[in-house]
Formats: sequence, C-alpha cells, structure tokens
Amino acid sequence: MIRLEPRTAPSRALALLAPFAAVVCALMLAAIPLLAAGQNLFEAYGLMVKGAFGSAFAFSETLTRATPLILTGLAAAVAFRAKLWNIGGEGQFYLGALAAVIVGTGLVSGPAWVVVPLVLFAGASAGAIGLIGPAYLKTRFKTDEVVTTLLLNFIILLFVQMALQGWLKDPMSLGWPQSEPIVDEATLPALFEKYRVHAGLLVSLAAAAVITIIMRHTVLGFELRAVGENPDAARHAGISVNGTMLKAAAISGALAGLAGTSEVIGLKGYLTSDISPGFGYAGIVVAMLARLSPVGVVISSIFIAGVFVGADSMSRAIGVSSYLADLVVALALLSVLVTGFSIRYRIRWLGLRGGEA
Amino acid sequence: MEFLEIFLSANFWAAAIRIATPLIFGTLGALICERAGVLNLGIEGIFTAGAMAGWMAVWLGAGLFGGILVAAMVGAMIGLIHAILTVPLGLSQHVSGIGVTMLATSAAYFTYRTALPDVTSPPRIEPFQPLNVPLLSDIPFFGPALFQHTVMTYIAIALVFFVAWVMARTPLGLAIRAVGDNPSSVDSQGLSVYGLRIGAVMAGSALMAIGGAFLTMAAFDAFFFGMVNGRGWICIALTVFASWRPKKALLGALLFGAFEAYQVRLQTEVGAVVPGEIFLMAPYVLSIIALVIAARGADYPRALLTPWFKGQR
Amino acid sequence: MVLKIAGITKRFGALTANENVSLTLHRGDVMALLGENGAGKTTLMNILFGHYVADEGEIQVAGEAGALEQLPPGSPQAALDAGIGMVHQHFTLAENLTGLENILLGVERIFGLARGRSAARAKVEKIITDSGLAVDLDTPVSSLTVGEKQRVEILKALFRDARILVLDEPTAVLTPQESEGLFQVIEKLAAAGLTVIFISHKLHEVLAASHRIAVLRGGVLVGELQTEAADRGKIAELMVGRDVPASQRTPMSPGNIVLKLDQVQVGGSDARRTLHAVSMQVHEREVVGIAGVAGNGQTALAALISGLVEPEAGRVEFCGEQVTTFSPRTFMSAGIGRIPEDRHHDGVVGAMTIAENLAIETLKDERFSQNGFLRFKGFQTHALEAIDAFDIRCSGPDAPARLLSGGNMQKLILARVLENEPKLILANQPTRGLDVGAQTEVHKRLLAARERDAAVILISEDLDELFTLTDQIYVIHAGNLDHAGPTDALDRAAVGLMMAGHGAEANAS
Repeated sequence: MIRLEPRTAPSRALALLAPFAAVVCALMLAAIPLLAAGQNLFEAYGLMVKGAFGSAFAFSETLTRATPLILTGLAAAVAFRAKLWNIGGEGQFYLGALAAVIVGTGLVSGPAWVVVPLVLFAGASAGAIGLIGPAYLKTRFKTDEVVTTLLLNFIILLFVQMALQGWLKDPMSLGWPQSEPIVDEATLPALFEKYRVHAGLLVSLAAAAVITIIMRHTVLGFELRAVGENPDAARHAGISVNGTMLKAAAISGALAGLAGTSEVIGLKGYLTSDISPGFGYAGIVVAMLARLSPVGVVISSIFIAGVFVGADSMSRAIGVSSYLADLVVALALLSVLVTGFSIRYRIRWLGLRGGEA
Repeated sequence: MEFLEIFLSANFWAAAIRIATPLIFGTLGALICERAGVLNLGIEGIFTAGAMAGWMAVWLGAGLFGGILVAAMVGAMIGLIHAILTVPLGLSQHVSGIGVTMLATSAAYFTYRTALPDVTSPPRIEPFQPLNVPLLSDIPFFGPALFQHTVMTYIAIALVFFVAWVMARTPLGLAIRAVGDNPSSVDSQGLSVYGLRIGAVMAGSALMAIGGAFLTMAAFDAFFFGMVNGRGWICIALTVFASWRPKKALLGALLFGAFEAYQVRLQTEVGAVVPGEIFLMAPYVLSIIALVIAARGADYPRALLTPWFKGQR
Repeated sequence: MVLKIAGITKRFGALTANENVSLTLHRGDVMALLGENGAGKTTLMNILFGHYVADEGEIQVAGEAGALEQLPPGSPQAALDAGIGMVHQHFTLAENLTGLENILLGVERIFGLARGRSAARAKVEKIITDSGLAVDLDTPVSSLTVGEKQRVEILKALFRDARILVLDEPTAVLTPQESEGLFQVIEKLAAAGLTVIFISHKLHEVLAASHRIAVLRGGVLVGELQTEAADRGKIAELMVGRDVPASQRTPMSPGNIVLKLDQVQVGGSDARRTLHAVSMQVHEREVVGIAGVAGNGQTALAALISGLVEPEAGRVEFCGEQVTTFSPRTFMSAGIGRIPEDRHHDGVVGAMTIAENLAIETLKDERFSQNGFLRFKGFQTHALEAIDAFDIRCSGPDAPARLLSGGNMQKLILARVLENEPKLILANQPTRGLDVGAQTEVHKRLLAARERDAAVILISEDLDELFTLTDQIYVIHAGNLDHAGPTDALDRAAVGLMMAGHGAEANAS
C-alpha cells in the first residue's frame, strides 16, 4: 500500500528541483528505445550535447531554435495560468506567419523601424484572433477549447497550404508552394555575423519580461491567476471570469502568433507550410517544464531547443532517427507532471498491508 | 443534378461506412473512458501507435487478427500510462492526454524509422479483404453498400450494440457509469474506484488502437507519417455529440462518414473551381460545429475531469 | 457485544483527531456520538469504515457466530463484509442510476450478468415494508428528494445485512418532521436487533432519539452516559468544555427598507436554482432569517442577492432604487457584502495569499492598485490590519489561504466583507462546520453590523441559530418564500412545518 499525503508547505527547493529531475527522468526513459535500437548510449547522448551546446555555432543554432519556443511556451504558460487549455499554439503560429507575409511582402513600405513593429503587430493580432474564437466558444457555449483549438490547427494549416498554392504563391518559386520573400525593411536582422540567431530572440526575451510584469505586478495578472485557481471564487469576488478568459486568450494567441512572425521575418524570409516542426506543441512542454513561470520558459526553451538541435546533429552522425527528440520532449512533459505531483504530495510506502496499525 | 445523384450510388454508402469504421472504434473507446470519468486526449497518439503496431506485427509475419490483437495490447498499455497519471495520481487529464499523444506518436514514428531506416515507399501488407455476406451482398444497391465490407466493419457495428448492452444492463456497466458520476458511490459499496477507472481507460484505449489499426490494415495497406490526421480529435468531438451513448455514437460516425464520402465525390465534380483544401478542412469544421451544437446542453458525466483520492468524499 | 473500539488514536500531521478512544456497543443499541465540529466524530467513524487507518488501537466486530473478530484496518470492503454500513453526510450515490441499481452496485459479481434482479428486488421491498423506508426503486436518484436519497443510503446498508449502521449527521439535510420519521425508523430497526450509531451536534435530537450518548471533545472521549439519566446542561458542558455565552440580541427598531424583492422569479436548471415569484423586505438594523432545508432554493436566493444571476421577472429594489445591472461588482460597490455558503469553493482562492484574498473584492481601490499596477505595500498593510482586527490565526499575510482553518477562513471573509461597512450583508450558512468559538465570533460580528445600521440576511438550516439571531423569519420551500413572522412571536414547530411545505396549515393553526 502506498499513501499520498499532501504537503502543507511545498518547499521552494523542491519546486525548483522538479523540472531538472523530470529532465533526467526523461533522458533515462529515452535510453530504453535508444538501447533497443542498438545504440551506444554515451555516444548518442554525447553527440546530442555536442550538437546542441558544443560550439559557438551549435549554441547559436540552439538559440535560434529556442526563439520561437520561448514565445509559444509563454503562450501556453499564460493560457494555462487561467486554465484555458490552449493546444492551438501551432495554428496561431501559422496565423502569425501568414500575417507576416501578407504585411511584410510589400503591402506597406517605409523605414524598418516602422515596418518591423507593424509586421509584428499584425502577426500578434492574427494569433490573438485565432485563440479568441475558441475562447469565445468556451465562454459562450461551454465548448471544450482543447478540441476546438486542436481542430483549428488542422484547419489553419490547410488554409495556409491553400494560400501558398494560390494567391500567396511566389511566381518565381518554380512551382514550389512558398510565398514571396519578405522585403528588407520588414526583416529582423541577424544578431551576429555568420550565425543565424536573429533579433527575434530579443523580441522573445522582451516578451518574457513583459509577461513576468503582467503576471506579478498588474491587476490583470492577479485576475488571471484568480480565475485559473478558482473561477467560482473569482466570479463571486466580482472578477469577470469570461472577460479575463478572453484577455488571457488574446495575450496567449498573440504570443504564439509572434512566434510565427519572428520565424518568418527573422529566419526564413518567406513562408512555407512546413515552417514549424511542431513549435506550438513543444511550447506546451516548455511551459509545463517551466512550471508556467515566464523566466522558467526561457530556460526550458533553450533545453528543448537543445534536444531538437542535438538530436538532428546526432541523427546525421550515427543514423538514429531524429524522432528521438520528440520522444524525449514527450517524456519530459509526462515526467514533469509526475515530479510536479511529488512537490505537492509526499508518497509514503506503508508496507504491504496498508499500515502499521 | 449530380449533387443528389451521389446519394444514389451504392459506392457512396459503402465509402461512408468504411470512413466511419475507425471513428466508431475511436468514439466507443473515448466514450468508455469518459463514462468512467477520464478524458483521454491520448487518443490521437493511440490511433497512431495502433496503426503502426498492427501494421508492423503483420509485416513481421503475424496474422491479421494477430495484428489487431497486438494493436489492442499496445493501446491498452499506453492507456495504462494515461490512467496511472490521471487516476491514482490525479494529474491534469488535459495535459497528461496531450503528453500521451506526443509520446505515443513519437514512439510509433521512432520505432518505424528505426525498423525501416532507408525505405522511401512504405512496404505494403496484405490487408483485410471485403467479406461478402452470402445472399445479402447480392441484393442490388444494398448489397454493395452494406454487405461487402471487411470483417472489422462488422465487428465495429456489433461492438456498438455490445458496449450499449454492457453499459445499460450489466453490473460492470453500472459500475462504470457510477464511477463517472460519483466515485464515492462505488467506493462505499466496496468496489475499487481506481480499478474501474484504470480498467475503463485501458479498455477504451485498446479500442482506439484498433481504430488506428483499421487504417493500416483495412482502409490502406501501409503506414504513413501523419496518416491519423486528427481522426482522434474528431472522435472526442463525436463523443460529446453522441452524449456518451454508443448508438448515437454510431449514428454520429455514420453521418460523419457520409459527409466525408460526399465531399470527396463532390470534389471530383467541382474540384476545378474550389481548391481541394476547402474539402479537406470540412471534417474539422464540421466537428467544431457539432461540438458547439452539442456542448451547451451536454449532460457531461458529472465526475469527468475530477480526480478522486482515497479517503476523500 | 457487537462492536468493540479499543484505544483508537489518529493523527493528521500535528493535529490529533482521535486520542485513545474506546467504545463498546451491543445488539439493538442506539448510540449518539455527540460533539462539536472538529471533535473527531467523523474521523472515528471513517476509521471504523476503513476510509482511514488508525495510528494506534484496534477494532473488533462480532462475526456471524457472535464472537468478536479483529477488523482489518483501511478496507471499506472488510467493513462491509463485517456487517458495518455507513451513511455519509454527503451521499455516496450515483445520480445517473436508479435507487435499486445503487443498492446493487458492488453486490453483483462485477464481470457477471445482472442475474437475480427479481430476487434482489423482493429482498429490498421486504426491507422497505419492515422498516418503513419508502422509496421508488426505479427512479433515477437525480430526481429523488434529499430524504428519499437518504433512505436509499440506509437501504444500501440494510440490503447488505448490516448489523451495525453508522449515520453521519443524518438530520442535517432533513426537516424536523422528516428527522422525526427517521428516528422512528431507527427505533424500529434497533428493536429488530440492529445496532445504530448516529453522529450529531444537536443536543435535542440526541436526547430524543438515542439510548446512550458518547461525547467527544478535541478527539477525546469525555463522557459516556445513558440517555435517560442525562441532563441537557451537563451534556452541553461536556461537549463544549466551557460556558458559551449566548449571543445577546438587543431589541432595536428597524429603519428604512434596504432590500425589497417584489414577485422576483429566478429560473434554473433544477429546483435548488429556482425561485417562484418571491417577495421580501429587509430593513436597516434588522436580521432576517431564511429557514429551510438545504436544496429548496437557498442557492438561487443567495445567487440573486450576490448579483450572480439575473431575475426572469419581478422587481428588485436596493435602498429605494430599482436594480437593473446584476453583477457581483455592481452589487458590491452598491454596498452589499456577501458571505458565501461554501468558503473553500466560492469564498477564497486557496492557492493565493491571505493578503491577496483580503483585497480581491476591491482590487481597483487605490490602496491596492494604480493604473492597473498592483501596490504590494497596500496589500501588506491592509492584510496586517485585518489579521489583527479579526484575529485571523495564520503564519503571515503571505501564507496561502488554503492553509487556514475553517474558522480563520471565515474570519478572513468577514474582514473582507465588513471593512467596507456594507448596507446589506448576505450571510449564507456562515457558521456551518465551525466550532462553537468561531460560531460565536461570527454571530457577534453580524450583530455588531446590525447595530451599525446594516441589514443582514441570514440563510441557515439551524433553527437554534435563527431563533437566537434573527428579528424576522422567512421560510423557503421548493422555491417559494413565505414570511413566517417576527421571530419572537414564532414557535419552532410551526417553522418546522413550513419548512416541510405545510405553510398554509401552519398559519391556520
């Protein structure tokens, strides 16, 4: 028999330790399929670490990968705080990317300091609209937002594919379904020469700072937390639960949209329908690993980005399928749930017969 | 006009039923889990894992039913992971389900890639063949529409009535419905809340995996990346639409199958004017609409999403 | 001897819920387990039924042959097998099944077929005839009344041939007349050989319905006596352990009308959320009590006065003006303070701090925020003041509110409500689940508000509380609200009858 006892005062140290324990746990569990595939564990993980953090170039690649993850992670963190289960980060990402190419391929012209913010704003708005819809359905019709946001991911991706086959298609692309390139004034510059890491990283970090301030220091953040923790008490105390939910949706959707925008105008320079290798979904893992803290999101994004970049590099070197990265990420999500649980509860082993009595 | 003539072709109805079959398995599975009080968003991943496992078992030499069995077992095992996280540990069913989907999907892809590192065109197996029901399959129109399906389709439909009977008429069904309404009601009568919920999630997940296996072993004959393509999520919407009743789930899946078969045929008629993506979007849009219509007055199992801990009432 | 409880001790962290409790019961005994909230009655019974495992001590139950056998701890199944049946305060019924199906849950083989239904039905029907526990077995439980649900619970135990029946606060949800009926059933069952333990904190029913009384205080068994030989004052002293000064309500002349409901209708999904054309008036310096059995529309009335629902028809006036906007925020700023029925669920956000919970209703106040940004200093000062003024026992303003005990959580809510000097206070079951000390504190605060000219609406199921605190009593039954009259001119029996829905007869007699 085991018994669960709630801890009255969860310790801070444990709370900080939990995500790291989860990561170790995930890597250990992922070792099972690695070994089953006949690989040398140390070699594989060694190559992953080297591929992600082993050189200035490797690290810059990891940061490049982390840039959109920070934003989609923040998107999930804000929504989850309000218990709005936004699983539609992927769709909102594409909406932001779509808005970027609509506005950034010549619709507006002017100096970069005007056009770039305008494009970012367009992307954020598109993402926000993409989540306000499901959130409205949730508040108005009690429609489960998990399913609607998930289904919207498919719809939006198909819409992007349709646009890229039709009105957005670059006539110069030799038949490839991709958009026209972003104009120079709408492009986020690279931060360093010869590396791909771009000013989108600064946008992400600024977003993390803003979200920290909103959550901790504003009335909106207070209301968001209250609604997430106990909507009935919040409603009773005069907080508009539906209104707060919609505000959370707007912020969350905007962040995910920004991720798509930044990826288009900072990294790729044009839109294709495979621009995201699942940034929206990985954002959920990022947020949970960070225990919904915006600062934590930055750290866990770098870790998750490292897993992806490292796995790609390892895959090229020794031929292990790079799906290993997805496996590690999924295991990290489940592990952090369990370690988060052990912060709140003490698990006591009572021997086989259910107690000393 | 051609739009209505589509309904008159037996071929159309046969396609509708074929498209509905995996949805029937999946919706029944989701329904069993939710009746016991557990939302299983692992469904999309379980579909994928079932599709891969069933196909791979046959590819490695197992019989077709052996493949179905392997898929069901893989599904039950993945269900067990979700069940342990959400039932005794009481963790968020939403997040755990998404995590299970990610895990099952990536595990299926990883396994497939590891087993077949270099193939470009996926290897094929000999899938389930249509089983012509003697006499009935010769009836004009109805024969080809209803009685020339693979055995899995007949099993799916029989299963609907079996699950409906179990839920309504047997002690097990009563207990599952009770544990999804008020777990204390079964606890106070000496039944195990955890046992019932874990069992229901495992059984439901096994059905979901069989739904996935239908894709690789009857509808198609190979495994492709992304082949499940949201079918799991559609089942979750259908469950709400069916208000957790097996027979209504069958109806919902058939309506859905008919709609999709119709739009595929419509596409060949008007495909030149309307982009294909519009048709591909239709099932997802339809699911959202169904969910909005059904969700408002939906009679959710009262204890859905609510964890229960021993010693708590 | 049927049951022997020997030296039971149970600790929850630092709290000792039961300390070395020993009891014995014989066939046909009716024992009342009396004690305040938090005295450890329910814990003891949960140990008996296997929901909890005791830290020390053991329980023995007589087997079929009559010899005492040790009861394996921590197993409801073992308790059931040993012939112990328990009726919890919160019913453990699946609402989507019928009464009969609930009774048969776990009795039939789980993987078998539903065989022997007719034999089972015959057995249940025989029990019903013998005991008088009438209930329709084929109606889904969701459409049964509270009293009927309780009967299904008792039938569940009797069907399993319970020889010991434990009832946890069985009368909490019943009208006085229904309670009377229940006690007759208990007497009948005891005469047929059943051993009954019922938990209560109501002195008068304990004296009326039990053979023996065991008194628990602070987890310790402080007295065990024969009911015939018991004296009310002595038991009260045993139970509380000190003299409890009753709240003194000084007569005051009521002032202007604060709240007026005129033919107000609230529609809801079920009976507890429905009101049929109710009218009432509440004046300054007046406590108006709403008596009634739980689930008769109190929830709807409270939601209406909290601004949570909008009436379908009728007129609501506050301080002489018609109310047109129904939202908690406008109600609060108009001067209506609300103490919700369920502290944990509606009253506080458990994961947030005490300081945050104290400020949650007045966030936009310039003490707490400026231009949308929070002022932590304001939270802190305000919280320290409230903690001091209301004697909220806690480790500090930054502790999460969920760590507060029930009484201290209620003090937090009182502090939040009263500091704005509301013109009207809605107190919905404000003392439920509190110990006597905390109850007295709540009563004192409400009466103090009345002396400050506020109007108070007190919704309560406890007639003692209503009779000591209120100036006027209304009775709510099935969504109808009837004015019973000024409290001083009323007697309990009449109010009890009205609570059971016999409004007209009660007025006529």
